[in-house]
Amino acid sequence: MVSSTEQTPMSSETDATLDRWQSEEYKYGFYTDIETDSLPPGLSEDVVRLISAKKDEPDWLLQWRLKAYRHWLTMTEPTWQNVHYEPIDYQKIIYYSAPKQAKDRPQSLDDVDPKLLETYEKLGIPLQERAILAGVAVDAVFDSVSVATTFKEKLGEIGIIFCPFSEAVHDHPELVQQYLGSVVPHNDNFFAALNSAVFSDGSFVYIPKGVKCPMDLSTYFRINAISTGQFERTLIVAEEGSTVSYLEGCTAPMRDEHQLHAAVVELIALDDATIKYSTIQNWYPGDKDGKGGIYNFVTKRAKCLGRNSHISWTQVETGAAITWKYPGCILIGDNSVGEFYSVALTNNHQQADTGTKMIHIGKNTRSNVVSKGISAGFGQNTYRGLIKITKSAHGARNYTQCDSMLIGDKCGAHTFPYIEVKNSTAQMEHEATTSKIGEDQLFYCNQRGISTEDAVSMIVNGFCKEVFRELPMEFAVEAQKLLEVSLEGSVG
Amino acid sequence: MVELVQEKDIYRSAFARLEAESNPVGGSALIALRTQAMARFAELGFPTLRHEDWRYTNVARIAKTEFRSAVDCSVDLDERAIVAETFPEAQFHRLVFVNGFFARDLSSQHGLPKGVQVGSLAETLDDDPSWVERHLARYASYQDHAFTALNTALMEDGAFVYVPKGVIVEQPIHLLYVTMPGVEPIVVHPRNLIIADEASQVTIIESYVGLGEGVYFTNTVTEISVGEGAVVDHYKVQRETTQAYHVGTTQLYQRRSSTASSHIISIGGDIVRNDINAVLDGEGCDCTLNGLYVPAGKQHVDNHLRVEHRKPHGNSREHFKGILDDSARGVFTGRIIVHKDAQKTDAKQTNRNLLLSDNASVDTKPQLEIFANDVKCTHGATIGQLDKDAMFYLRARGISADAARSLLVFAFAGESIAKIKPQPVRAQVQQILLERLPQGDQLQGLS
Repeated sequence: MVSSTEQTPMSSETDATLDRWQSEEYKYGFYTDIETDSLPPGLSEDVVRLISAKKDEPDWLLQWRLKAYRHWLTMTEPTWQNVHYEPIDYQKIIYYSAPKQAKDRPQSLDDVDPKLLETYEKLGIPLQERAILAGVAVDAVFDSVSVATTFKEKLGEIGIIFCPFSEAVHDHPELVQQYLGSVVPHNDNFFAALNSAVFSDGSFVYIPKGVKCPMDLSTYFRINAISTGQFERTLIVAEEGSTVSYLEGCTAPMRDEHQLHAAVVELIALDDATIKYSTIQNWYPGDKDGKGGIYNFVTKRAKCLGRNSHISWTQVETGAAITWKYPGCILIGDNSVGEFYSVALTNNHQQADTGTKMIHIGKNTRSNVVSKGISAGFGQNTYRGLIKITKSAHGARNYTQCDSMLIGDKCGAHTFPYIEVKNSTAQMEHEATTSKIGEDQLFYCNQRGISTEDAVSMIVNGFCKEVFRELPMEFAVEAQKLLEVSLEGSVG
Repeated sequence: MVELVQEKDIYRSAFARLEAESNPVGGSALIALRTQAMARFAELGFPTLRHEDWRYTNVARIAKTEFRSAVDCSVDLDERAIVAETFPEAQFHRLVFVNGFFARDLSSQHGLPKGVQVGSLAETLDDDPSWVERHLARYASYQDHAFTALNTALMEDGAFVYVPKGVIVEQPIHLLYVTMPGVEPIVVHPRNLIIADEASQVTIIESYVGLGEGVYFTNTVTEISVGEGAVVDHYKVQRETTQAYHVGTTQLYQRRSSTASSHIISIGGDIVRNDINAVLDGEGCDCTLNGLYVPAGKQHVDNHLRVEHRKPHGNSREHFKGILDDSARGVFTGRIIVHKDAQKTDAKQTNRNLLLSDNASVDTKPQLEIFANDVKCTHGATIGQLDKDAMFYLRARGISADAARSLLVFAFAGESIAKIKPQPVRAQVQQILLERLPQGDQLQGLS
């Protein structure tokens, strides 16, 4: 890296703390050795059939997987993104791996492998305690098979279905068949097609008409077992007048090999329904030289199908070597609302190309986008978003704000918004800024006895506040903590 | 693919004709340049919608039309026909090009300061081919732009302006490009080279007009080199006919502490694409890009901006406004690139659009690419319609709906027009706009 001709006149203390932070190690790196029931690496039609057979799936789902696989074979990996990585060898990935205990599923937490529970302990997710105290039902996914489902019965009483995807396929095939692939079709994009062919498990949520889900639903995705790409599939359906808040959070063990995570999330909101989907992503970002780390190539999309429906995405992305995703909303119902709130942090050699897509089709549809990107070290942070207001979207309204913050002189921040408006009654505003932490702000804090580290932490937290505010209470606390850990040593 | 080969063939034969000339303009250096550019064009081909920089502008109609090389027909042109297009002779130096060829009889210059050269590029290159090596195609790269490559390969003439060190050219230089299409579609490739040496000052106005009926294609490239501490103001008023295709690149190259501005006013044309690129390759540069586009009918206007900050302490301001009526389509791409060394850059970009009709549409891509940390960069884009409250206010005071609408539209454009410094040019743009607006005559004298 060539140093700049004009060195930024930052105090040496700041430099020191920045260095310290930039070399901060991943705290959640550990590896639990559990005997897994894995397929050999590689992908073929047989593997797809085998996955389907192992999960004892009905024929229509197998056919759907095969259709996706055959289509995937005809596709080429996209190259337009602003992230760079070694080519992925899809034949070296293990497409199915399940803990041995899968055959006789645990009925309660007591039946769960203590080693697994230990893993959660290390992660700071006291499953039981959290479930009871925080009122969160956790459907924890450990590698590919869901091993614990809590509060299911309680939710079942009011008609809510919250279960692993593979279970939903057996118990509620009509719902799955109706909605699977209705938002992200099997041939949507390269990674979505791959996911459709080999998806292992995930969560299924169904909120019946008029029901307000009494608690936040939560899932922890984890990646374990060497070279197991995880292909999650989440499907949430909110019937007329229902409300649900869904939380997703992740951490992963430290390892040297890149791992691919190509999940698909589909949300469907019918008339007057509200879905709030929150993500905290803290996967292993690779070491300070950019070695290792997880590829997070995810397709997330929501369909506001009904009138007055409301879907909101909130994400805090601090982990993964590469984050590449655009959670979007298709606003079909009149007066429907789509929201996107994001904090993406890239440190060391992390890369992020993320943003949102808001497609306005219905009348008086509204969307709100707030994106905060923070780049440090050699991090490259890209906001890429599409706001499309079609001819039928009379009176559509969009407001987009994307702010970037740069820490250090080797990182980059990029903004690539696409705005397409075909209706004259639409109102669209887009604003973007890029800046660094003001020296005067730091000076002001220092002067009042606040260390540079605390000051930077405070400023960054303030910068992200608009997004954190959107998170459910428990997550907001965790997000702030996560940012602090990620920024520790300098940026809080 | 077969079709594509045919598309290029038209231009290959034009190129072969130029190559075969016994006494080629610009000597061997220009021949070499043309050959390279032609080869590059053959490689690139015409862009399609799959090309990221052209995803909203379809040039298939340009690619498919069999354009003939334009012929010099300045003798057919009655001087009175272009009177309306010119500015007072006493206040402007003027160069007129008809179908791409320099029309000496229609041009005028008087009292140019010593050392200043204003004239035909072809003649200049003939006299001193060393200009080719030193400046021509040194700023506007034809590597990634098929139309620039085509222009570089097939250029015949254009304006050449050279202002030596410390000289101030007080009167603006007006470059008028008149195209007179015939029965068959014709193509012209005007090529301009403007060099302002250290601490000099000059104002350049490019006007593009079409006379008569017929399809034609203007593919123009203007290279402007702004020396250390120099000040260059550039205006481009494009008023082609609605049967015309216009693709133009304006390339600004700025050295230390220089100030440059480019104002792009797009009024005419069927498919219009303006590429405005600025490279701030010295400390403390100041760059202003200002634009106004007012397409109506089925017009398509694409403004593609790229501002590259290479050195510290640069300022750039981009301000583009669009007013779109009927089935018009507006496209805006603004890209600010801040290199790692360009600390203390202050870059601002704004794109505002007014949609007056349900069939009009806008696609805008304001982009920031930043590799330096101590910068202030912002961009903003808005798309909306006329303020209902303002309309109501005017209507309540007995102003007709048309006049009220025109008044608000005129006010929206006012900000961009006010930035045009030479009064006659400003008045001309205002007049054109008023003529387009319903009951615009009532607004006369408002400005």
